[in-house]
Amino acid sequence: MMGRPLLPLSRLWQTIAVLVMVAVCLGAGSALQRAREARYEVPPIEEDSLYITSGRALRFMTAGYNALAADLYWIRTIQYYGNTKLKTKAEGTTPTAQTDYRLLYPLLDLTTTLDPRFNIAYRFGSIFLAEAYPGGPGRPDLAIALLEKGVRERPDKWEYMQDIGFVHYWWTHDFQAAATWFLRAADVPGAPWFLRSLAATTLAEGGDRRSSRLMWQAIRESAEIDWLKNEAERRLLQLLALDQIDALQPLVDQFTQTNGAPPADWTPLVRAGRLPGVPLDPSRAAPYEIDASGRVGVSRRSPLFPLPVEPQRMFTPPFA
Amino acid sequence: MKVIGWIALNAFRESVRDKVLYNLVAFAILLIGASYLIGQLTAGQDVKIIKDLGLASTSIFGVFMAIFIGIGLVSKEVERRSIYGLLAKPIERYQLVLGKYAGLLLTLAINLAIMAAALYAVLGFMTWRTNPVIRTTWDAPGVDPRMLAAIGLTFVELSIVTAIALCFSTFSTPILSAAFTFGIFLAGRLSADLRNFNQVVDSPAAATLASALYWVLPNLAPFDVRAQVVHGQPVTFDYVVLTVGYGALYIAALLAVATLVFSRRDFK
Repeated sequence: MMGRPLLPLSRLWQTIAVLVMVAVCLGAGSALQRAREARYEVPPIEEDSLYITSGRALRFMTAGYNALAADLYWIRTIQYYGNTKLKTKAEGTTPTAQTDYRLLYPLLDLTTTLDPRFNIAYRFGSIFLAEAYPGGPGRPDLAIALLEKGVRERPDKWEYMQDIGFVHYWWTHDFQAAATWFLRAADVPGAPWFLRSLAATTLAEGGDRRSSRLMWQAIRESAEIDWLKNEAERRLLQLLALDQIDALQPLVDQFTQTNGAPPADWTPLVRAGRLPGVPLDPSRAAPYEIDASGRVGVSRRSPLFPLPVEPQRMFTPPFA
Repeated sequence: MKVIGWIALNAFRESVRDKVLYNLVAFAILLIGASYLIGQLTAGQDVKIIKDLGLASTSIFGVFMAIFIGIGLVSKEVERRSIYGLLAKPIERYQLVLGKYAGLLLTLAINLAIMAAALYAVLGFMTWRTNPVIRTTWDAPGVDPRMLAAIGLTFVELSIVTAIALCFSTFSTPILSAAFTFGIFLAGRLSADLRNFNQVVDSPAAATLASALYWVLPNLAPFDVRAQVVHGQPVTFDYVVLTVGYGALYIAALLAVATLVFSRRDFK
């Protein structure tokens, strides 16, 4: 049995006509937009802007919904960092207004002002603010300032103190300050045992690769997001590459001494049976390279490039 | 008491007929849609952000409901002239005010309960989907019963906002009532700054006025414990009791004013 139609025929046709009209208008509108954009290209956004820089003003403007606003700024921070990093790959090695990460600190500062317990923002900042160009702005001072803000808010967070010590150790090479922060972190209830020995090692053998490895391993273990974990993994691979370069360099030096000139590549050493094959760096993405002066290093194509400048030892043995 | 109960039930039915519950569908869609999108954008902070978004949405939707339904509670009856029929019945005016208020609170409570259930469902799904190793790095568990403290205090905050809206509704037009209520809500959220006003102005008179306003305006900031809860910080029982106690006294004062104004109003 036929039921009552949902709509009388005239109303049904009216509805269909309206839907068709909407589809036609939207389709035609899109076509016009495409035509306009083909003739008058939409200019790319040249510069990232931060219209509000005062965290206090933002706290007022969000009428108490600060945590939600902090989330929005956090999303903007990681998008800004990611986009800038992509631009550095496209635009070369010299920082420009678009690639110098100038907004990274203000964005992280706003995020942590709106939500002072936003743990990951502090830890993200500690790694990427200090990182030298092209991976970051190369501002260990700002990384420390952000982490100190975190310590003021959360004096129970030994991780922030460990990170400050780490920035001093790795970037400013101030081993005294690094050891002081590691000890301060070790005094926090619940802090891991290795911080105290890390402080001792830093003071006694500042700059050695073993301490660096221990620190990056600690950061990898306590990393909460993949970005930090991946960065720690990359740093550990860089340290492994430095070990491997130390093993390869004497072979190249010996070849240079014997032949009067360094080899152009690894082929002569492989043919001579000194190496089983062309040595790849630990990322497995590219072989090690030998420059014109005979120094072994990682390829510019490698994700490990550039290798870190190793800190000098704090104490030089008196009779060395 | 029975009369107040009947009026409350009718006020609740009326708000359901006003399709207020569509609000919930919008909330659920927003939350579920956001949870999928946010995971792609937040570098591992998806659960924190879903909690922030869910709890803030609960509050924002609730405030809009409290204001826009609250302002119509009495004025709508006057506008439709149904107030004459109501007052002709053996109902005291204070019973009408309290009944209407209780009805809107019932609507808000049911809304909040459904929104909280939707939020817990999304968080339960996210927790189930997340690797247990990653879960150990979260500040607080995904499905955290402590969030109920934040939702409970939000309900008390909304009860104050509703009482403000009802109070204005007894003597003012709906548009002005909405504007006044929203203004007082904002001032209440930011009133902590009034307390320290003497540190930014030299005039003792201005500082005294600001201080007086601080004590008179509703202090709504203490009802916001969302950030603490999301970060797994404790919210003590004492704090909740003191805050709810303050809220109850403030509501009692507002309802007393509303009842007084409404009982003296001449509808001829």
